[in-house]
Amino acid sequence: MSLRSKDLTGLKDLSTDDINLIIETAAGFKDVLGRDIKKVPALRGRTTVNLFYEPSTRTRTSFELAAKRLSTDVINVSVSTSSVVKGETLKDTARTIEALGADFIVVRHACSGAAHFLADNLGSSVINAGDGTNEHPTQALLDIFTIKEKKGSVAGLKVAIVGDILHSRVAKSNIYGLTKLGAEIKLIGPPTLVPLCFGDLGPSVYYDMDEGLKDADIVMTLRIQSERQGKGFFPSTDEYFKNWGLTSKRLLKAKEDVMVMHPGPMNRGVEISSDVADGERSVILEQVTNGLAVRMAVLYLLSGAKQ
Amino acid sequence: MNILVKNAKVIDPSQGTDGICDITIENGKIKEVRKSGGAEARKKTNADVRTSAYAGFEVIDAEGLLVVPGLVDMHVHLREPGFEYKETIRTGTEAAVRGGITTVCCMPNTKPVNDNAGITEFIINRAAREGACSVYPVGAITKGQKGEELAEFSIMHDAGCIAFSDDGRPVMDSLLMRRALEYSKILKALIISHCEDLSLAAGGVMNEGLVSVTLGLRGIPPQAEEIMVSRDIALAELTGGRLHIAHVSTAGSVEIIRAAKKRGVADITAETCPHYFHITEEVAAGYNTFARVNPPLRTRADVEAIRQGLSDNTLDVIATDHAPHHMDEKTVEFDNAPSGISGLETSLGLSMKLVEEGVLSLSQLIEKMTLNPARILGLLSGGTKGTLRPGADADLVVVNTKDEYRVDPGGFRSKGKNSPFDGWTLKARPAITISNGRIFRWE
Repeated sequence: MSLRSKDLTGLKDLSTDDINLIIETAAGFKDVLGRDIKKVPALRGRTTVNLFYEPSTRTRTSFELAAKRLSTDVINVSVSTSSVVKGETLKDTARTIEALGADFIVVRHACSGAAHFLADNLGSSVINAGDGTNEHPTQALLDIFTIKEKKGSVAGLKVAIVGDILHSRVAKSNIYGLTKLGAEIKLIGPPTLVPLCFGDLGPSVYYDMDEGLKDADIVMTLRIQSERQGKGFFPSTDEYFKNWGLTSKRLLKAKEDVMVMHPGPMNRGVEISSDVADGERSVILEQVTNGLAVRMAVLYLLSGAKQ
Repeated sequence: MNILVKNAKVIDPSQGTDGICDITIENGKIKEVRKSGGAEARKKTNADVRTSAYAGFEVIDAEGLLVVPGLVDMHVHLREPGFEYKETIRTGTEAAVRGGITTVCCMPNTKPVNDNAGITEFIINRAAREGACSVYPVGAITKGQKGEELAEFSIMHDAGCIAFSDDGRPVMDSLLMRRALEYSKILKALIISHCEDLSLAAGGVMNEGLVSVTLGLRGIPPQAEEIMVSRDIALAELTGGRLHIAHVSTAGSVEIIRAAKKRGVADITAETCPHYFHITEEVAAGYNTFARVNPPLRTRADVEAIRQGLSDNTLDVIATDHAPHHMDEKTVEFDNAPSGISGLETSLGLSMKLVEEGVLSLSQLIEKMTLNPARILGLLSGGTKGTLRPGADADLVVVNTKDEYRVDPGGFRSKGKNSPFDGWTLKARPAITISNGRIFRWE
């Protein structure tokens, strides 16, 4: 079993079969993670390099742990300690790392298309851990995994994604992935952050939160980055919270068994209230656990190894 | 050297010439264009060639080939001084001549910027020594292209600047642009405007729309161009200055220019480039950095509107905006790639497709690549460029319009191999270019 491509750059170009294969494989690895000995020798002797051009705690840690659970050697390269500051190009840095024998290069970069660029230029497997405002495929895969686990199936579910859709690579990957699996997606947020052309990708667009949340099975709230305020996208975080903050009162518009998700890190009191974040409908911490299983599945399937 | 180009199908819009002619060139100037249509005339020319009438003449038999005045490209980046690794005056003019272009206007965004007579003189001297064709520098509108204070128009004009532009960087300050259009009147100089509202463009890297969204790339709405086209036309009306709008890329801009020309209240002309009438934003898919250009490639509807604008003469000129870059600079993240397309060697072939596709007549096309730019630049009044009139500079191009060829940027004379037209099949390729009486032959 393996994926069709040597790389995972995004869900836009990933087939439904491949998405399902990753989800099924992740379920097996989740079992492994529940055992006393959480490590398998599947990828012993392989090397994983985490090449992070943007700060990240949870994604990098999750990839590092996933790689270690599969017994690969792991090296973390972050922008501040590498030769990047000397003005080396992305291509040269990556080729250097490849020459050191990296089998997997996990890359996070501020530029959209950076993972595609590396995939085109390298023989190693490239895994996109977030490129600019383009995609963050493993986050969407872990979201899909969590939804399937809790709801059984994705098809026919109403998924509301709330917040800064314009700049969110998480939202983009989820739109592609969930649409392929048959979900109905509603995008909610201020018009400055939810351009209408997102409707051309399939979802419907709402500016009114209550209207958008109606009958939702899933609500995904996105992190509002503080630097967006002051650039005119919205006047203040207080006003944002008033209009698009997810509160327990608002959540009543959704279905009774609604599930609340957040890719983290959260800004409590900006896009989500604490009682919702910590409430019984929230699966936010389970998302993190599932991320580990999904990333193991991705590494494993890209290696083309036999179980 | 004296040259006879015989039995050519000559199109010269400046004289309304369209027929089989012989062209004689003496001492670097056009001497005569004479009809040689009939069998009698042809026999006489052939007899003259055999006898002494053309003794010492280099004879070019152009039977079955098209001959037009050397093309005038009013929007070129030659990169020298300062960016010789991208292009030099020598390689850029050699590329021009390969593309049938014998006159280029080079934009001022060199290093240092061409905002003073010293740089202007350097370019002119270098071009005289090493250039394969005529080079007319365009001076900066503002010192350092910073958009803060006017450059020395008059002194630069004396040194040889033919027009003024802050190309690549719009003059965002409306008052300063007003002053530029106003002050330039002492020279009747042309102001060439790169129309882009930088605050609205907001650091975008391609056209705004579904394609930019799916690539996760920051978009530039067409209105970023159109607002400035409107502003500059308004300022031209206010001041009576001469405005030329560079590289028009949107349907809205065409509409605004068309309406302004109809009102007839301002002295405005406009150009577009082959990439704006052939390809769309879709070419950027897969983060193809060769499709990164400013203004960005737009939509199919914009391409159609640009073609319509050329057809109804809203757009006067086809220029290249030749912007060569080093391959290393384009082999990076899309966000970090510089804007520009290497265009000199594909311009004629791509433009001739418009004739094939019924958008323009052949003579209308040639007009937009010879007569119109020469007239706008003031090079026609002296009768020197863009025409085959007696006394004009001996600039012409002999075009093979029959054989198809594949575009291979690897074989460009230009150092810039950055072309999104790699692999396109074109007709119409210069077989021979005569530039100031020098013969360049490829077939």
